[in-house]
Amino acid sequence: MSARDDILRRVREALDGVSPAVEIPAAPRAPDRGDLVALFVERVEDYRAIVTRCAADELEQVVRDALGEARAVVPPGLGVEVAGATVDDGLTATELDAIDAVVTRAAVGIAETGTIVLDHRPDQGRRAISLVPDLHVCIVDASQVVADVPDAIAVLDPARPLTWISGPSATSDIELDRVEGVHGPRTLHVVLVG
Amino acid sequence: MRVALQITCVNDAMFPDTGKAVVRLLRRLGVDVDFPGAQTCCGQPMVNTGYLDEAVPVVRAFVDAFAGYDAIVTPSGSCAGSARHQHSIVAERSGDPALVAAVAETAPRTYELTEFLVDVLGVTDVGAYFPHRVTYHPTCHSLRMLGVGDRPRRLLEAVRGIELVELPNATECCGFGGTFALKNADTSIAMGADKARHVRDTGAEVLVAGDNSCLMHIGGMLSRQRAGVRVMHLAEILAATEGAA
Amino acid sequence: MSGTFVGMPAFPTAAREALADTQQRRNLAHATRTIRDKRAAVVAEVEDWEGLRLAGAAVKEAALRDLATHLETLEESLTRAGAIVHWARDAEEACAIVAQVARDHGVDEVVKVKSMATGEIGLNEALEAEGIAAWETDLAELIVQLGDDLPSHILVPAIHRNRAEIREIFRRRMGDVGRPAPEALTDDPGVLAGAAREHLREKFLRAKVAVSGANFAVADTGTLVVVESEGNGRMCLTLPEVLVSVVGIEKVVATWSDLDAMLRLLPRSSTGERMNPYTSTWSGVTPGDGPQEVHVVLLDNGRTRALADDVGRQALRCIRCSACLNVCPVYERVGGHAYGSVYPGPIGAILNPLLHGVSDEQTASLPYASSLCGACFEVCPVRIDIPSVLVDQRAAVVDSHRGDRVPRSGSHWQEAVAMKAAAWTFSDSRRLRWAERASGLAGRVIGRFSRTTLPGGRAAAGRLPGPAAGWTGARDLPAPPPESFREWWDRTDGGRS
Ligand code: SF4
Repeated sequence: MSARDDILRRVREALDGVSPAVEIPAAPRAPDRGDLVALFVERVEDYRAIVTRCAADELEQVVRDALGEARAVVPPGLGVEVAGATVDDGLTATELDAIDAVVTRAAVGIAETGTIVLDHRPDQGRRAISLVPDLHVCIVDASQVVADVPDAIAVLDPARPLTWISGPSATSDIELDRVEGVHGPRTLHVVLVG
Repeated sequence: MRVALQITCVNDAMFPDTGKAVVRLLRRLGVDVDFPGAQTCCGQPMVNTGYLDEAVPVVRAFVDAFAGYDAIVTPSGSCAGSARHQHSIVAERSGDPALVAAVAETAPRTYELTEFLVDVLGVTDVGAYFPHRVTYHPTCHSLRMLGVGDRPRRLLEAVRGIELVELPNATECCGFGGTFALKNADTSIAMGADKARHVRDTGAEVLVAGDNSCLMHIGGMLSRQRAGVRVMHLAEILAATEGAA
Repeated sequence: MSGTFVGMPAFPTAAREALADTQQRRNLAHATRTIRDKRAAVVAEVEDWEGLRLAGAAVKEAALRDLATHLETLEESLTRAGAIVHWARDAEEACAIVAQVARDHGVDEVVKVKSMATGEIGLNEALEAEGIAAWETDLAELIVQLGDDLPSHILVPAIHRNRAEIREIFRRRMGDVGRPAPEALTDDPGVLAGAAREHLREKFLRAKVAVSGANFAVADTGTLVVVESEGNGRMCLTLPEVLVSVVGIEKVVATWSDLDAMLRLLPRSSTGERMNPYTSTWSGVTPGDGPQEVHVVLLDNGRTRALADDVGRQALRCIRCSACLNVCPVYERVGGHAYGSVYPGPIGAILNPLLHGVSDEQTASLPYASSLCGACFEVCPVRIDIPSVLVDQRAAVVDSHRGDRVPRSGSHWQEAVAMKAAAWTFSDSRRLRWAERASGLAGRVIGRFSRTTLPGGRAAAGRLPGPAAGWTGARDLPAPPPESFREWWDRTDGGRS
């Protein structure tokens, strides 16, 4: 018997006579916390990420300021002019390692937890480009901000690879003391438009 | 209402004064409590050590002794928890439908003392007087298995003359744990040492709790350390009155 | 190694040694207090935490009760999404599958995301035997690996180490396996984390094959989920060409929306955050993005044994948040090594016997490594009633000895005799009365000869020899009163006369 069939047989035998019916209560929702975008900003900042709010016509300038001298890579569909940036066309990990920063958009922002989710469409690019560079400038539109995790789950497509980002990379592995910045970008700069 | 006292084996053999205090207290509150002489033990020592078969006759003795009472009151969160949560497991194991049925009768009618006072009798001020500095340790089974919540606190706060001081890390286990105290004596003692230190830090004269087993453990450590802190069951403080105290 | 560390002594012995290590006790007390407080704060923020727990428990319970269906669905959706699905009955099969993938690509090293399942099956040792180096990339795992140490916590395997010890390990060992630690290495956690970043970066950039676990596997979409903090997970899941994920069959949830409760429960329970820094989800292969060859190994290794246990089945709901370890007063004092397994603490005390049975002394000692205080159940995000399972596993231990004709050990025998004697006494109040008379006599003897008095005036026994030594080594024992309650009641008609 194959391992597959053997395991499935063992599972069926283990559950022989066990009713599969389990009532799953709806997970409670967070209470209405008023201004979602303000909450989103507050919660992202709680992770010691930088947040800048701006109007659509200020976006280019804000991104420029966020990057400063940093050499940036951008996804092909970013839709914002970033002077001097390399447009990703399948850069290798080593090539990405030589680049300081990345500018992407996002799919969703979650207010309750201060999370941004990338689904890596052309305005966000491949997973590698938002990972290897040390500064991640992430543009979120105010209209993309949802209240809580269930709202995000509902709009995200699980067939796409997703990266949920809550602040810069961090570790608490040394005496459970939180330190920002290990392997992922050590600086997260969220630019909130609108 | 027919009310029976389940004294518990530990109190019966080791702490009769707690039982006498419960009787005095309940009589003062107008409850004519009975002591069914056929009772022995709730069976917890066997169940918690894994001896389920051995617990069957003990649980049988429990339900036989307390059949027909409206309320079974016990000065032990642990034994009340055992009756309410473990007797059904033992009865199932016995395969005896009569025992299963009998347990279904006695289990929900078993009350830890403070539950009985607050929920059934509806009192928090029991007219007690105890002019001492006291700290309260909520025992694990009262707190988490039964969920007695703030009932003991409310009862203590209503005691006249008492000075109640907060115990640091109060909800942490003292390390007694029944046979754990013997099977894992080193760990049990390490936990007890921390509990005893917190008790000493309060400067209390008396440590009170709702379970004499835990008090025997913490009190045994305090005594060995010559800490001078006395341990008392909650019932004994609630039974104390002016003049008598 | 299949879940338990080889050659570990039974819990009481290991605990005694651990308790004597004052440095470790200080490290653990500090770390567990920190994380407990953080968890409590973010849990208090959720209005209906209990409702969320109920939902989370039900999601996992429902998946377990119809596991065969969900596993078949998962296999189908994974295959459709371009993943290659393998099944492994036990540790050996799982390790062989991973090794084969590595060999197929001609590599002599893999990078690893922290994963309990690969620790459980002893994958690193198995790969090493094949000449393949497995680099742990989680900071705490790296500390354990470089220190030739054993993990002692689910979330923070190096929780027993403080910053000074970690600096020493990095300084001494990093150079042996790659980029050495910088000369100016201090014991500042930020500096230590920076050293790990530099050390591991070259490994991430060159790795061809990565190995991961998964926190969840969504049956209907074929999605795997990895929840992490440092970004080492993202590195492993994104940069290499080949990804192998070893996933316990109990990690399945039925649908994508089932993740909602889990993703809200896990970070708050685990690191005490509203959300962990990074969560990655992927369904098979995404052309042009990330690994283009994706393997998933579905692992049994005792899970079907646990699944068959009506009381213990709930342990498979565990999402490895480690909240139960952090609140456990036993774990806080003895640490994780005493449990002898990658799964320590309260969950380890039930999971190890459920997965492997209780036939060896070490595993059989685990269900007793608890005072049954219930703090673990109170914090568990998926409401595993650990105390009840502990008691049930104790019964399994006792039952496994019932047929013994030759006592397996003296202490079991003594205990069984004592319990049978107690049961006999407690089965009939007349017998109990006699026993109490005897103890009353003993009390009079102690009262006469003892020089110990408890505050309040009662006589007590100090250090006693024999079976009472376990108690009286550090605790005085009150002398039994001359008259039991029952005798008093009879003599005085319940105090009326
Ligand atoms: S048993 Fe519960 S609390 Fe413990 S690690 Fe598992 S999910 Fe977390």
